Amino acid sequence: MCGIAGLIHRDGSAEIGSELTSMLQALKHRGPDSSGFALYGEPQGDDYMLRFKVAEQEDMAHGFDIRDEVKKRKALVDERIESGGTKIVEQENATDYAFRYRLSFDNGAVDDHSNMKRFADYLEDVEGAEILSMGRALELVKDLGDATRVSDQYQLGTFTGTHAIGHTRMATESDVDIRSAHPYWAYPFSDVSVVHNGQLTNYWGFRREMERRGHRFMSNCDSELIAVYLADRMADGMPLKEAMDLSVSELDGVFTYLVATADSLGMAKDTMAAKPMVLYESDTFIGLASEEVAIRSIFPDEIDTWDPYEGEVMVWQI
Amino acid sequence: MANLDTQHKSHDMGLHQEQLTGRTQQVFFSPAAEDNFLYPESFDVDLDNKAEFDAGEMEISAINLKIRALMQAGHGHIVVKNPLAKHSLGVGILNRLKLEFIGSLGYFGCGLIDGPNVRVHGRVGWSFAENMMAGTAVVEKNAGSTFGAAIRGGDLVCKGDVGSRTGIDQKGGTIIVGGRSGAFSGFMMQRGRMIILGDAGINLGDSMYDGTIYVGGKIASLGVDAVPGEVNELEADWLERKLSAHGLSAPNGARNLQKIVAGKKLWNYDNLEPTEKKIVL
Repeated sequence: MCGIAGLIHRDGSAEIGSELTSMLQALKHRGPDSSGFALYGEPQGDDYMLRFKVAEQEDMAHGFDIRDEVKKRKALVDERIESGGTKIVEQENATDYAFRYRLSFDNGAVDDHSNMKRFADYLEDVEGAEILSMGRALELVKDLGDATRVSDQYQLGTFTGTHAIGHTRMATESDVDIRSAHPYWAYPFSDVSVVHNGQLTNYWGFRREMERRGHRFMSNCDSELIAVYLADRMADGMPLKEAMDLSVSELDGVFTYLVATADSLGMAKDTMAAKPMVLYESDTFIGLASEEVAIRSIFPDEIDTWDPYEGEVMVWQI
Repeated sequence: MANLDTQHKSHDMGLHQEQLTGRTQQVFFSPAAEDNFLYPESFDVDLDNKAEFDAGEMEISAINLKIRALMQAGHGHIVVKNPLAKHSLGVGILNRLKLEFIGSLGYFGCGLIDGPNVRVHGRVGWSFAENMMAGTAVVEKNAGSTFGAAIRGGDLVCKGDVGSRTGIDQKGGTIIVGGRSGAFSGFMMQRGRMIILGDAGINLGDSMYDGTIYVGGKIASLGVDAVPGEVNELEADWLERKLSAHGLSAPNGARNLQKIVAGKKLWNYDNLEPTEKKIVL
């Protein structure tokens, strides 16, 4: 089933970490397998925020040498980051296997997505390494368990920012692991993330096409295709809204998805409107969720909400 | 037993033209047969006896049990404050009751009801009033998808916009949408009437067996085997009365509503004997 949620504060930063946690926790019944957050904070100069992992959560319970192995993998990633002259300004061990770095590049070295791709591919060449997100504003966190558990684990309760999207997952067609959890970073585009509720029926055909075009897939989850699809279209110079409009006709199946960038948040719904989405919009706040109960978890007072219609694509600028 | 010889105005309106006999005979409600319509879990309530409670901090099952306890105590007018879009509230009520929700409901609100008059002063989520048998259910704001799925009787009204698949598998009763209704409204409709005062989404009335859909706005597209019909004077009068009873009116008058009916060209019409068709319907 899965639940998705998003929020925008139009009048500046707010505690989006705790708000999105409440919204996703209210949707726990739609999927308790994993939870994920794509949080957009205030950019810190020209620095990039990197979220990555070097092992799955379940890996940590297997083998006597896994902790040493994880340390080796992380050291190798560090070495590769610094080999190009990039400085690790800050680093935080979110868990034993997932990390948060603040990176300083020389002269906007990864501002171009082809350079970003080279950098990401170099790091992901390390065994077990997966870049969860990279961007000036985006920080993507996902792990197994419900929203409160993941939020506490990664200390997201105090995270402030302007907008966010999130996901609570009921795994149906792929594994219960971090790589199959949402959100997905639209590799190699900085600050672009996607969450999805539904099923794509032309996944494999599209995946093979995308792989032929040089895109990488980290999981067998059909939702990852949406992030890759949008990245592919944007690589051709297509604006986000146009790419989303095209996705509604090209992606087959039933879906509602949310996509966020550094300065926008969008929603697309399939042509049969088979998957739910409820919207609330005011002058200062926009809330979106699979069920109204999620929005009401942060707005206990009565509000006016409505459902977007079939084939509808909406994009809000922050 | 109802008197089957009674001529009903619905026959004149073309709504029940078939002559049914044997196991498929249609039984119209008669006050004389009232004792056949009582359920074991229904309560004898006083509609002037009002009670209200705040549901903001209550779990779903506790709210429904509270409603039941109040009915058992004879309260016939129950006001539920702060439902906070919780799911499955007000379900399975099988007796007369004035039930008000001050706020919005989540999914599957007021399903399987038979008799109460419900008013929601807010929005409702997916599948509101699913399988409703009788009574009225009025939503003052918007509604999610599958509004009135498989209802068999009563008046179901949303004064705002409604999501997709409104009245899917509708088997009777009247659904009224004050605004727009989404894709596949009236999908596999079998009986009853649906009135959409705003626009209708794609594939309206797709694969409908029978029943009638009226639309005041634009129709994005008709579904398979849904075809236009003509509104006659009797229907127009009925539409006006029905809409005005709920404080609504057709944008350009009831006579100018577009009427959609089943073309009856689907495979089941070609492959079934006449008596079998009646069973299906």
